[in-house]
Amino acid sequence: MRKIFDFHGGIHPPENKHQSLQRPIRDAGIPPRLVLPLSQHIGAPASPVVAVGERVLKGQLIAEALGFVSVPVHAPTSGTIVAIEDRLVAHPSGLLAPCIVIATDGLDEWTSLVAPPDYRDMTTRELLARIRDAGIAGMGGAGFPTAVKLTTKPGSAVATLIINGTECEPYITADDILMRECPDRIVEGVNILRQLLQPGEILIGVEDNKPEAIAALRAAATGSAIEVVSFPTKYPSGGEKQLIELLTGEQVPSGGLPLDVGVICQNIGSVVAIADAVVRGQPLISRITTVTGEAVAEPGNFSVLLGTPMNYLLAQAGYQPGRNRRLVMGGPMMGFTVPDASVPIVKTTNCLLAPSEAELPVPPPAQACIRCGMCAQACPASLLPQQLFWFAQAREFDKLEQHNLFDCIECGACSWACPSNIPLVQYYRASKAEILQLRREHAKAEQSRMRFEARQARIAQEEAAREAKRAARKLAAEQRAQTAAAGGEGVEDPIQAAIDRAKAKKAAQQVVATRATTETGERDKLEKAVVTTRARLDTASSKLEQARAEGSDLVDALQLGVDKTRAKLEAAELALQAFVDAGQTAPQQAVPTDAASVAIARAVAARAADAALDPVEKARAQLAGLEQRLAKTRARLAASRSKGEEEKIIGILVSTEAALEEKVSAARAQLNGKGDT
Amino acid sequence: MAALLALVGLGAVFGAVLGFAAVRFRTEGNPIAEQINDILPQTQCGQCGYPGCRPYAEAIASGDAAINKCPPGGEAGIQALAALLDVEAIPLDEEHGEEKVKAVAYIREAECIGCTKCIQACPVDAILGAAKQMHTVIASECTGCDLCLEPCPVDCIDMISEPQSVQNWHWPLPDTASRQPQIIATDAGQTQDRAA
Amino acid sequence: MATLLRVTSPHAHGPVSTPKVMQKVLLATVPGIIVLTHFFGFGTLVNLVWACIVALACEALALWLRRRPIGFYLRDYSALVTATLLAIALPPYAPWWLIAVGVACAILLAKHIYGGLGYNPFNPAMAGYVILLISFPLQMTAWAPPRGLGQLPSLVEALQACFWPAGFDGITMATPLDLMKQNNSLLVADLYAQTPQFGRWAGLGWEWANLAFLAGGIWLLYQRVFSWHAPLAMLASLSLLAAIFYDGGSSASGGSPLFHLLSGATMFGAFFIVTDPVTSAVSVRGRLIYGAMVGVLVYTIRVRGNYPDAVAFAVLVMNFAAPFIDNYTQPRTYGHQPGKGGG
Ligand code: SF4
Ligand code: SF4
Ligand code: SF4
Repeated sequence: MRKIFDFHGGIHPPENKHQSLQRPIRDAGIPPRLVLPLSQHIGAPASPVVAVGERVLKGQLIAEALGFVSVPVHAPTSGTIVAIEDRLVAHPSGLLAPCIVIATDGLDEWTSLVAPPDYRDMTTRELLARIRDAGIAGMGGAGFPTAVKLTTKPGSAVATLIINGTECEPYITADDILMRECPDRIVEGVNILRQLLQPGEILIGVEDNKPEAIAALRAAATGSAIEVVSFPTKYPSGGEKQLIELLTGEQVPSGGLPLDVGVICQNIGSVVAIADAVVRGQPLISRITTVTGEAVAEPGNFSVLLGTPMNYLLAQAGYQPGRNRRLVMGGPMMGFTVPDASVPIVKTTNCLLAPSEAELPVPPPAQACIRCGMCAQACPASLLPQQLFWFAQAREFDKLEQHNLFDCIECGACSWACPSNIPLVQYYRASKAEILQLRREHAKAEQSRMRFEARQARIAQEEAAREAKRAARKLAAEQRAQTAAAGGEGVEDPIQAAIDRAKAKKAAQQVVATRATTETGERDKLEKAVVTTRARLDTASSKLEQARAEGSDLVDALQLGVDKTRAKLEAAELALQAFVDAGQTAPQQAVPTDAASVAIARAVAARAADAALDPVEKARAQLAGLEQRLAKTRARLAASRSKGEEEKIIGILVSTEAALEEKVSAARAQLNGKGDT
Repeated sequence: MAALLALVGLGAVFGAVLGFAAVRFRTEGNPIAEQINDILPQTQCGQCGYPGCRPYAEAIASGDAAINKCPPGGEAGIQALAALLDVEAIPLDEEHGEEKVKAVAYIREAECIGCTKCIQACPVDAILGAAKQMHTVIASECTGCDLCLEPCPVDCIDMISEPQSVQNWHWPLPDTASRQPQIIATDAGQTQDRAA
Repeated sequence: MATLLRVTSPHAHGPVSTPKVMQKVLLATVPGIIVLTHFFGFGTLVNLVWACIVALACEALALWLRRRPIGFYLRDYSALVTATLLAIALPPYAPWWLIAVGVACAILLAKHIYGGLGYNPFNPAMAGYVILLISFPLQMTAWAPPRGLGQLPSLVEALQACFWPAGFDGITMATPLDLMKQNNSLLVADLYAQTPQFGRWAGLGWEWANLAFLAGGIWLLYQRVFSWHAPLAMLASLSLLAAIFYDGGSSASGGSPLFHLLSGATMFGAFFIVTDPVTSAVSVRGRLIYGAMVGVLVYTIRVRGNYPDAVAFAVLVMNFAAPFIDNYTQPRTYGHQPGKGGG
């Protein structure tokens, strides 16, 4: 017998597994519609390769993997694609996600499957490609692409391959029934994995509450190198990290992968899917799902096509919606509630739990944490959940990280044990997400800072180069004038000239450097901006006049340009004014004189002008602007319509128009409100 | 005499320990402006009245500016600054704008006339394009500073915030309202919907 | 069909709930209360009832002031637990105002000022006890003589003692702990033989009360209401110290380990006060340290200090230290290297 280790914590919730084990696996059949989410796994969503209206055959590829961490989707039966659109999916958020909808034809006609070669003759790469192309993603609940998980880094040996038949969550029996009914397929799959990974040993871990499964597996595995290990039932021994500790006594380092301790874990369902893919060439198009809970009359396990709406499946188990207030995908410990019974079964749906109100009552309101430590005793990761809760409530993120929040596996043991009914796991989930978000934001800010600084440097360089050139030209001209004046010796020493030029350049650079720090430079700049803008306005206006005279259809665009330029002129003048007003108090900093800062200055000035106006004025101005824009948009829309432009553009314009109309009316209402007071 | 010696000895020992600790555990001398800049969101939008985040950071460091002028940083940013500088957190200065949802610029490409004005305005070089060519925003680089909206002569730039999707959704912190008396008090004994 | 609920996992919940835990603690005090009543008369019971009434009133008042749902929080039984523990710790036949002040301090000052159940850094019952001890030392050290050493008051007299103290003329007697401390002329064996307050192992009556509380505590352990670490550590360190300094029974001796284990509030403290989860350390190692330190302090204060019994002071002092202990005894998280596991 093998030594079984133990892990800290754990709980013993009522198992409730017998209900769904009364009957053998039933076939759920073909529902009229299948809804296949493009993202049934962790990683990038798949991308559709079929069009609406196309007829597809069973097993045909309908969406391909996009990127390395992604898996494809196949048609579970023959039929016609009727839509590729956003649908409600099995996700706790209740949000929509892109799906392919197939209207089935009931013929269940297979696409031609390529007869696969014997897997013993296949290379590692071919095997991995086969597994990946079959669309297999971890079927235990997480849905990580199996091929990615099986890709080992060169040089890292797999000491132990662990097949996870633990199924420690209450109620779920999908793996149990697979182990009982198809142990040969499991052994087949394990042999393929052995060929692929060349592990030192192969263990199938099963909790001791499944004696039939253990016996069936042992019988099927006799004569092979596979060892079926049973260990005491305790939740969450099926957690990957916990199972590894149970069987090997080693802990996966925090933030690391099982491979860091030489282990690869695979779920029973995935192993069977691998066997089907590699031996029979079948992609992953169906799975075993447990349907259980007191709100179904005949709980049991079903072989169900992916994409089958949950209510179709539930109906076959005698669903009584009246008795059911929450529908859980997965088990009672880690599963999540689905927003509606019409969402489809996906690759990770190992269980549908339809409990009655009495069975899993709605949690009562949380009481105060009495720091009893029951959560800490239950936590398999040896965390201090009560401390984490404390910090999560106070949003002390660094304390949370210091207390190893990210080692929490969200198993729910702490919430289960907590006498005060505190939804601890939700606190951890939310805090984790927020911390990740902050990290991302910080990384982005860092990148923006670098880009901003790079840009500043580039602009400074360009400016310096320009200035230097100008200064050099000036110097050269002066010199020429001097030499000319000096009496036309005419002999120009090229070397001397070059030296002079270099000197001049240097001098010029210094000029730039000093100039940039002086106030006059800034003022010049602003003045220049005013002058050039005015000049631009003049030209634009004259062009506009001309266009008017000629009746050109450019009038609109030009008018727009003139308006814009005028506005800019005003802004520039304002900025200049503001600068002059600021006078001596203006900061003596080196103000970067580039377009961005001009834009900034403009924005500042505009805001200052805004602030100067009284609210009614401001609202009126806003309204006027909005009305103008609306008119413009309407005109454009009419023009595009008459020209018969692309639908997309018209669509955009229509929506812009609507948005503007809304804004105008809002502004009007506001103005009225303000005018009254 | 012995007492005196003991006291002096103690003083010497503790002095040495403290001195050692001061040397050993000295915090890295990151200039304060640097640390402030690290907190600022680097949107580079100029709403604070300074040409970019660093100048504002320097102004705060030198005591010339209050810490509540950065709308993109919002309340959270002010809190962080207050904690760093050990001052009272003050509400955001409305004059500089209000905190908005993060958004990125999107150019309606059909309407873009290729004037390059937006490129010049962008503080982080997040817009790609050339004269008379359609322009586009690299969404991952855009800081959402709004600076490109104004220069665009044809108003073809929109600020769009990322829609909520299955990919970016996450559980919110439990509704502490469910622990508020008015809710519990009404149905204290009964069950209650935690997610409501 | 009604719309489906959207709640976070886990959907199942364990059988334990805070009110149930508190109920069990209350239940476990019953043997001790019975023994105390048997030996000291109805005083303890009167204490108990009056303390519970005041506690519920104070709790309701505090909740009302803090705008919390009164019914919901009253039903967590925590106020009753505090009142019971304090009532047991107070001397029987204490006047009503003494009890009221103690309970009010415990509930209002020690608990609600800090934010209510779970937020209080100090054990409310012990905080109330210590406030009384410091403010009214006379009343607080007036212990009635146990059965066999005088006439036990009747129920009416007990009520009179409580509510009309002026008219009650009770006899009080030094407790064995006092005697042991004040003793400086007799060998311990002689002290036991000559002083009627001593029983077989420790104080007359006291020894049985302690055994009763021990029984209640063991039942709570069996019920997994708390872990064994803190109480065992406390008892172990207390007996260890007593054993080390027990010189075989000279007049300067502090008393035998058995004497300390069965005297005063030792067992009551070990199983009902030290185990208070809110104010003790949280990790297993932390609880061991916490309990052991309480034991050390109890012994030190009993033998060297000025106060008769030391559990309350020892616990309060360690309440101060609990967050500190927590900080240094964070368990090693899964997948972290030993040594820097605290992170
Ligand atoms: S189990 Fe609940 S009440 Fe107990 S310490 Fe943990 S969070 Fe607090
Ligand atoms: S959910 Fe996290 S904190 Fe709670 S028991 Fe599981 S691992 Fe520990
Ligand atoms: S307001 Fe804009 S420029 Fe100023 S600090 Fe904030 S993000 Fe940076």
